[in-house]
Amino acid sequence: MPKNYQQDFGSIITSKTSFIDEIINLARKSSIFYLLFGLACCGIELMQTGGPRADIDRFGSVPRATPRQSDLMIVAGTLTYKMAERCRLLYEQMAEPKYVISMGSCASCGGLFQYAYSVCKGVDKLVPVDIYVPGCPPRPEALTEGLMRVQDKIMRERWFNARQKVGQPQPSLGIDYKVTA
Amino acid sequence: MTKPLEVPTMDMENKEVLRRIEITGDMLLNMGPQHPSTHGVINFLVQTDGEVMKRAIPEVGYLHRSIEKIGERCTYNGFMPYTDRVDYIAAMFANQGWAMAVERLLGMQIPKYAEYCRIIACELNRISSHLISVGTMAMDVGAVTPFPYALREREFINDLLEELCGARLTYNYLRIGGVAFDLPSGYEDKVQGFVDHFEKILDEFNRLITYNEIFIKRLAHLAPISAQMAIDYCLVGPNLRATGYGFDVRKALPYSVYPEFQFDVPVGRGEVGTKGDAWDRFWCRVEEMRQSCRILRQALAQMPQDREIMAKVPRKIKIPEGTEAYSRIESARGDMQYYVVAGAGENAHRVKIRTGSFTAMGIIDALSRGLMIADLVALIASLDVVAPEIDR
Amino acid sequence: MTFEEIQQRLAAKFGERIGALAPANKDASLLVQAADILEICRFAKDDEALVFDCLMNLSTVDWPKKNQIEVVYHLWSYRRRHGFVLKVALDRAKPEIASITSVWKSADWLEREQFDLMGVQFTGHPDLRRIMLPDDWVGHPLRKDYAEQPQWHNITTTRDNSLEGYVRLDELKKKAADAAAAAAPKKEVLS
Repeated sequence: MPKNYQQDFGSIITSKTSFIDEIINLARKSSIFYLLFGLACCGIELMQTGGPRADIDRFGSVPRATPRQSDLMIVAGTLTYKMAERCRLLYEQMAEPKYVISMGSCASCGGLFQYAYSVCKGVDKLVPVDIYVPGCPPRPEALTEGLMRVQDKIMRERWFNARQKVGQPQPSLGIDYKVTA
Repeated sequence: MTKPLEVPTMDMENKEVLRRIEITGDMLLNMGPQHPSTHGVINFLVQTDGEVMKRAIPEVGYLHRSIEKIGERCTYNGFMPYTDRVDYIAAMFANQGWAMAVERLLGMQIPKYAEYCRIIACELNRISSHLISVGTMAMDVGAVTPFPYALREREFINDLLEELCGARLTYNYLRIGGVAFDLPSGYEDKVQGFVDHFEKILDEFNRLITYNEIFIKRLAHLAPISAQMAIDYCLVGPNLRATGYGFDVRKALPYSVYPEFQFDVPVGRGEVGTKGDAWDRFWCRVEEMRQSCRILRQALAQMPQDREIMAKVPRKIKIPEGTEAYSRIESARGDMQYYVVAGAGENAHRVKIRTGSFTAMGIIDALSRGLMIADLVALIASLDVVAPEIDR
Repeated sequence: MTFEEIQQRLAAKFGERIGALAPANKDASLLVQAADILEICRFAKDDEALVFDCLMNLSTVDWPKKNQIEVVYHLWSYRRRHGFVLKVALDRAKPEIASITSVWKSADWLEREQFDLMGVQFTGHPDLRRIMLPDDWVGHPLRKDYAEQPQWHNITTTRDNSLEGYVRLDELKKKAADAAAAAAPKKEVLS
């Protein structure tokens, strides 16, 4: 396992993790429960990724229906403004430490619905995204790669020297989202 | 440091619906929009005393992607990928409806080989859409195992369609005037092999699920819909045929080359319960998969060999403003209809897509009085509603 | 029955309120007045020769040049296997028409959708409220003069094009490379 290396996206340089950190992170990365947040077409590919051929259960990832029991939220599909408040609510209901994968181009930037009046142009206006998986919809192999990257992120976290998630952006990325009923 | 967030609350006083619900000690719950069994993002406002519901009001619009407004911006050919997203599980049918509507606007015929390519792609898509439908229905009722079985078969179809047009889910295969790509070499044998393999799986599926005693006990006599009620609410497709009224657009208003095939249309008979109940709707879909295999075999045998995939279409499609056309196709979820009004220039003035799932949602309020919450889940699954068709 | 026969049957019942069939611009249709629509629909459903038992589609088309909003009803009869198209032209400033929910139940949701997206008021509808968009949305999007709000509940509705950011980055890099090349000592060319 690489101990210290530069992330190849962004400009955040990670630091050394100790042996205990690695053991803890190994246990954490091998059982990432993801929240079933399949909104649109990418939701079907999310189902197929959990299905028989491109099985992410072999990496310990099982889908959970409730945010209270999940540590990864895979936003799969187009986010509309009507759904946006619920997305933020679900993100708030997840317990720390939590990660977000923005799956597909609709969740990453609005996708092919740039001229739509009711589509939120990217889920990172609401929740801080760790990994963006491009595609329309991304193949199951691409989503598995996204999950691998989240696992890499988890492996680089330190638990004892500095209790700070390395590489985790501040929670209020994008717009300072304050919900008013 | 982040500021403490204000948790959103539903502004209870402003919701119109609450003036009509008398809350007499009942709970008013939200089932959805994020829920593993609502077939996409649909919300149900459920007034219940815990298990038995008084009302279940569906709330839609969580996936409204303004596809109809985008239709007024795109050129006719450029709108084809958006029709994929109207019903992404049965995307070929949505493509075909749009292609047929614009071809009617242009008044053009397409080559027979292209029609056969369309039929093969569409019937494969019908099988894969029904696999999702029956798989999720079994999962919603509680049997989680058949779902990976259905997904496994669907992976074979995904491979076939990926070889044909490059995509696994949103195909964008059809074009105005024909299809985009020719069948690759050796494709007929692969489809034949799949059809041979799949018909045996259907029998296994029937033994495992359809005639399973527990499954029958869950679904028989659940929310029976009479043919009169179905027609009044404009239910279409397998939902309508399960009530005993056998109307299939492929037989009643034949389009494309469907008149050349021989196939049956499964009609609900009330075999293990009431006619038109949830089991009948499930059974109709399973039998339609079998009939699709039949059509595929005949299509492969009867295909012309001239390999002409596109008719002569002008580079820029310009149609006089105000021309309107209406197309009806038998999609996996029923009678999908496109109403297109041509605009000045290269795009449409108005596109209206009438899908089977939209009108099926209107009936849930009436059917859900007195059902249990678990039955509501089974009812939604049996009507085979998908959120993108409702919201577009 | 063909479109002409249906139109004659309607004209026989309603007299001069029924005009002539619009010429088939790929699809024929019949223009009627907004005040008569409920009566005509009820007759279309109950008459034994017509028996239009299903309202297949209800759409609205915005014609700003003609200052009209057209409501288009597509009727279908399962028993007789014929269809028909009714059109009503409404004033664009105040589009109001009677709701036909009492005739066909499928009109309930179809009319709500057109109220939401186009702003047509259906009088007599049991529950006319927004269906596709959030309840506090401003405006009716399918109109041709709809202007999108810059934000909704503090979420901005636009996104910067990331390509412009990359172009800026490229130009910065090029400027830095040029500056480095100008500052570097000239290499001797070996002949």
